[in-house]
Amino acid sequence: MASMSSKRLQKELTKIQGTLPPGITLVSAPDLREWVMDISIIDNPIYPPNETYRMRFSFSPSYPIEAPEVVFVVLAAPERKIPIHPHIYSNGIICLDLLDSQGWSPVHNVESVCISIQSMLAGNTKAERPPGDAEFVRSNRQRPRDINFLYHDPKV
Amino acid sequence: MDSDDEVNSVISSEDLGGDADSSVGDFGGDDSDVDFDELQEHDGFDTQEKDLKPRKKAFEIDHKVYSPEDIQRQQDDQVAEVATLLEQPHESTAILLRYGRWNKERLIEQYMDNQEEVLDKAGLGQDVQKSPPRIEVIDGFVCDICCEDTPGLRSFALKCGHRFCVDCYRQYLAQKIRGEGEAARIKCPGDGCNRVVDAKSLDILVRTDLTDRYHQLLMRTYVDDKENLKWCPSPNCVYAIECGVRKRDLTRVVPTVFCDCKHSFCFGCTLPDHQPCPCSLVKLWLKKCEDDSETANWISANTKECPKCHSTIEKNGGCNHMTCRKCRNEFCWMCMGMWSEHGTSWYNCSRFEEKSGLDARDAQARSRQSLERYLHYFNRYHNHEQSAKLDKDIFHKTEKKMTLLQSASDMSWIEVQFLEEASQALQRCRQTLKWTYAFAYYLARNNETEIFEDNQKNLELAVEDLSEMFEKPTDQLSGLRVEMMDKTTFCNRRRIVVLDDTAKRLKEGVSYNLHFYGFGVVC
Ligand SMILES: [Zn+2]
Ligand SMILES: [Zn+2]
Ligand SMILES: [Zn+2]
Ligand SMILES: [Zn+2]
Repeated sequence: MASMSSKRLQKELTKIQGTLPPGITLVSAPDLREWVMDISIIDNPIYPPNETYRMRFSFSPSYPIEAPEVVFVVLAAPERKIPIHPHIYSNGIICLDLLDSQGWSPVHNVESVCISIQSMLAGNTKAERPPGDAEFVRSNRQRPRDINFLYHDPKV
Repeated sequence: MDSDDEVNSVISSEDLGGDADSSVGDFGGDDSDVDFDELQEHDGFDTQEKDLKPRKKAFEIDHKVYSPEDIQRQQDDQVAEVATLLEQPHESTAILLRYGRWNKERLIEQYMDNQEEVLDKAGLGQDVQKSPPRIEVIDGFVCDICCEDTPGLRSFALKCGHRFCVDCYRQYLAQKIRGEGEAARIKCPGDGCNRVVDAKSLDILVRTDLTDRYHQLLMRTYVDDKENLKWCPSPNCVYAIECGVRKRDLTRVVPTVFCDCKHSFCFGCTLPDHQPCPCSLVKLWLKKCEDDSETANWISANTKECPKCHSTIEKNGGCNHMTCRKCRNEFCWMCMGMWSEHGTSWYNCSRFEEKSGLDARDAQARSRQSLERYLHYFNRYHNHEQSAKLDKDIFHKTEKKMTLLQSASDMSWIEVQFLEEASQALQRCRQTLKWTYAFAYYLARNNETEIFEDNQKNLELAVEDLSEMFEKPTDQLSGLRVEMMDKTTFCNRRRIVVLDDTAKRLKEGVSYNLHFYGFGVVC
């Protein structure tokens, strides 16, 4: 229902335009369908403190009943890379149960998703891509929500 | 094409059914030992197998058909029984049983051992709210989903206490049930909350169209959870079948079941009836046919040359007895041999003549022979599949003509029924024949193979004999009624002989030709 997602996103927007936790910034929210957020990671040598990562949030009309689609994006200027992580593919797709219909709760919001991803990166100890990354990136034509990820590690 | 090497590597004795002495004869009831000598040739066509209800044959398996109402009642009965035992309300008991995959005994045992843990895992953890869930208006309530805080907002919470407005709850449930097809484990929308939405709460919140879908989905999971229940795979069929055959039995029994919708299928793999070939071989065979489809493509061609005058002959009926229009040469479509030799002691149309191992010493010759062998069986398998379709076409044409005939002559509708019965018998028998060839491809040669091949040959002859009658001009058909009914009965009997013999042998354990000219493995 369009009115539901609009109303909720409007409220979220008002809130995050006010304050956001450190390392999380709102880049743009041109409409109530797609937002762009930046995050940076403090205290993890895998991610240099001067590096910032860009995420794109896409909302369906049934947000927040349905999870938003969240991906990392690459940008030349300002430079934005895809952070290395065993659950982040090099095309920016994130394998996180929070974003899957099973793990998603409509109580979550843009801010809480950013915090979860930020802490997932902060706690990471392996500078590697998911197994089968190259093959997945080459062959995947699906949208993230249609992919059936197997969550090997429920803690992430 | 070295696909036979593939077979060697694909089959292991494990694939074909592990331990040799498990569960022999612990299904399928009594070892039926109907004496087939008493079923010799013509003893009247008026005694149909169905009417007589004889003792169960070795290839028959006990099964029962259930309607959705029966299934619902089954669930309700079990819920009621366990609810009394565990002293839990019905809707919670249903959640517990679904969590325990309807294994009552194990659930009760676990529940008695550690009630709290079981309740928690099932999604019935700590009750924050003691009173039964209902729609309420609470002062100062803000919905965490839509952020609405209008005074008088109606809200709902499960016993976990996570409260949301009724609108959000409804949309959430609709998304789960309609969008995701979830029913048995719809959790509270609260973050990380494990509480499962029960049927009673659902009834309070949503309209009947959604509860109907919900109960439908619950029924699906119930049948899917039970090893002895399966949905009939026929499109739009609503029935489920109960059968006691277990996975490990499937090397020794081919459990064909009959649904009330008239569809017969294998309870083991849900493919259409494939007796007498066991599920694992069916899987191998279909895979092989898929892999080798290009090589075998030419076979499906419906035209061939007359072996004598080389004029083109098109096959337009199911019968394999061909007569060349030009030179009147009679030959067999399958082996292109003279028809007059069929049915005699030299007849070898259905059997592949294995050349001795000496002839096939080098790899090339072996691979050539392995292809020939495969094509031999595939040819016949495929031919019966095609012929069954052609038989059906011809029957439909004939049926139309018969309707005309019926109005022209004084034959009643009942009297015309013999055509339908003959057609059905042909379909069934060709289905069986088709799978005897896939089965034969994997069968190791020994004394028993000859009995099998004889039975196969006899069925094939009976089938071609009956199939041929369909090609007779319609005005002759009414005169052939008695003969046709006779042949129908005969075909059905021949089919039973094949199925009964193979079923008995499967139960005892069959040797398969896993390696082409090497050893057979008994499993
Ligand atoms: Zn809850
Ligand atoms: Zn709400
Ligand atoms: Zn059915
Ligand atoms: Zn099967």
